[in-house]
Amino acid sequence: MVKEKKENIIDSNLQRKHKLRTKGVKVWYDDFMAIKGIDMNIKANKVTAFIGPSGCGKSTFLRLFNRMNDYVDGFRLEGEVTIDGENIYKKKVNVEQLRKQVGMVFQKPNPFPKSIFENVAYGLKIQGLKDKKFLQEKVERSLKRVALWDEVKDDLNKSALALSGGQQQRLCIARALAVEPSIILMDEPTSALDPLSTSKIEELIYELKKDYTIVIVTHNMQQASRVSDYTAFFYLGELIEYDKTKKLFTNPEKKQTENYITGRFG
Amino acid sequence: MRRIKELVIEKALLTSALITVAITAGIILVLSFEAFAFFREVSIVDFFTDTEWTPLFSNKHYGILPLLSGTLLTSFIAVAFAVPVGLSISIYISEYAPRSFRTSIKPALELLAAVPTVVYGFFALTVVTPFLQSFIPGLSGFNALSAGLVMGIMIIPFVSSLSEDALHAVPDSLREASFGMGSTKLQNAFRVMVPAASSGIVVSVILAISRAIGETMIVAIAAGQQPRLTLDPTVPVETITAYIVQVSLGDVQHGSLEYRTIFAAGITLFVFTFLLNTVSYRIRKKFQEKYE
Ligand SMILES: Nc1ncnc2c1ncn2[C@@H]1O[C@H](COP(=O)(O)OP(=O)(O)OP(=O)(O)O)[C@@H](O)[C@H]1O
Ligand SMILES: [Mg+2]
Repeated sequence: MVKEKKENIIDSNLQRKHKLRTKGVKVWYDDFMAIKGIDMNIKANKVTAFIGPSGCGKSTFLRLFNRMNDYVDGFRLEGEVTIDGENIYKKKVNVEQLRKQVGMVFQKPNPFPKSIFENVAYGLKIQGLKDKKFLQEKVERSLKRVALWDEVKDDLNKSALALSGGQQQRLCIARALAVEPSIILMDEPTSALDPLSTSKIEELIYELKKDYTIVIVTHNMQQASRVSDYTAFFYLGELIEYDKTKKLFTNPEKKQTENYITGRFG
Repeated sequence: MRRIKELVIEKALLTSALITVAITAGIILVLSFEAFAFFREVSIVDFFTDTEWTPLFSNKHYGILPLLSGTLLTSFIAVAFAVPVGLSISIYISEYAPRSFRTSIKPALELLAAVPTVVYGFFALTVVTPFLQSFIPGLSGFNALSAGLVMGIMIIPFVSSLSEDALHAVPDSLREASFGMGSTKLQNAFRVMVPAASSGIVVSVILAISRAIGETMIVAIAAGQQPRLTLDPTVPVETITAYIVQVSLGDVQHGSLEYRTIFAAGITLFVFTFLLNTVSYRIRKKFQEKYE
């Protein structure tokens, strides 16, 4: 509490710590209100987990930060979403530019039907970067970052679709990292993977938080408690409780949170 | 009782399948038989190397090349026109237009393929040729250019509709990946969607080619009936199909060598379209494996 107050004094300091913020955010899909007014600050260089029952709005809320909901018919937003203090829904915001800063990893691995190399180089190529050597270095560095380099370095020209599910997901993370975002959004990144691949991704998330602000949606409580520093519990479009992960899982303030994490309702 | 009913239905279905196969086999058999008879009198080397096709004149030559060049020239013009236009339409429909637009525009486009080809033929002859003549003074009244262009209009829906299906079949997860990486709509369309749908697009192009090669009325009406080994699109040419109609409608004697020329020309055409269909079938099979 005291610490919170101190942060409020210096605004720039606060911005540095709070990478992502939402103020009074409401989302509608046509007439259906999916997010019912959420204020939230997400800290830089931490892992924040979103948990909550199916349909409570985790994905909707997550996808606000890279404006991926923009394509959904009937999507409407009220309130403010800011990254580093900038409202990302202002008219003059370049959405493509925004998405280079905010990478995303999806539930099902979705590599392009291209070679491993082309997948990782994609984000750089669409920025017009062509230099072979530069691209090669970037690809190598990104693949090393996700611990995939040793497994694929001899056949970078192989189709990405020939990799295993876990490898594909790490490739997708490498693809996101290659353009050097500062934020990575992950929507249930391990729900389609086997336990071994899952633990590899979890280790990776732990590694990456030094350099990135990570927000991860998960249905797996153990995963949330293993990888995240902060956890937010959502229910029916509202943010019920948001706290340090340890606190939220051992000593939740709200009855609803407790019921959910102890598995008393779905 | 139920068992018997099923058995009857099964046999009926099998029979109709067999009939189709039998008819196809019959056509190939007749074609080959007559063509074989033709090649007993005309050497196959002459057939493929002689540069003149004059079976109906007193100075007879049996070189298929002029008909082949006419066919390929008109088809090339048609495909060169239809592929860029059709592909642009398909990309627009699947990647830019609102969803509701797709359901109304596709049937409308497919109407293009439903216009009787004889109407297209006269459209080419009486509208497109005079129009083009105002730009190209040397353009003959019959020419490969107008026939090819109008044939191109006719095959646009083959390209656009099938390519659009292929683009539409690309999983949305790839669109998300691509936009999530910061692609613009244009980059998404050309760097991700088109390559991902490439096999389907190639199939649509091949089917369009095969449709163009087999097209008869438009070229018979608007391209002329003068077998000529040329790549000049402004002069009259004759395609294999147009020749076959010309001879079938004329009064050559059944069983004569002149009569058999249409089978020799026909089997050449058949081999061409058969190869194209085989290629497209192969590609389609590979394509199905990719997403299933
Ligand atoms: N494109 C859409 N159109 C209409 N309603 C939608 C759309 N996407 C989501 N919704 C609705 O919004 C609510 C929140 O959905 P969202 O996908 O954000 O939930 P979630 O918490 O991610 O669920 P899950 O855990 O199953 O992924 C749900 O009730 C859902 O039915
Ligand atoms: Mg979700």
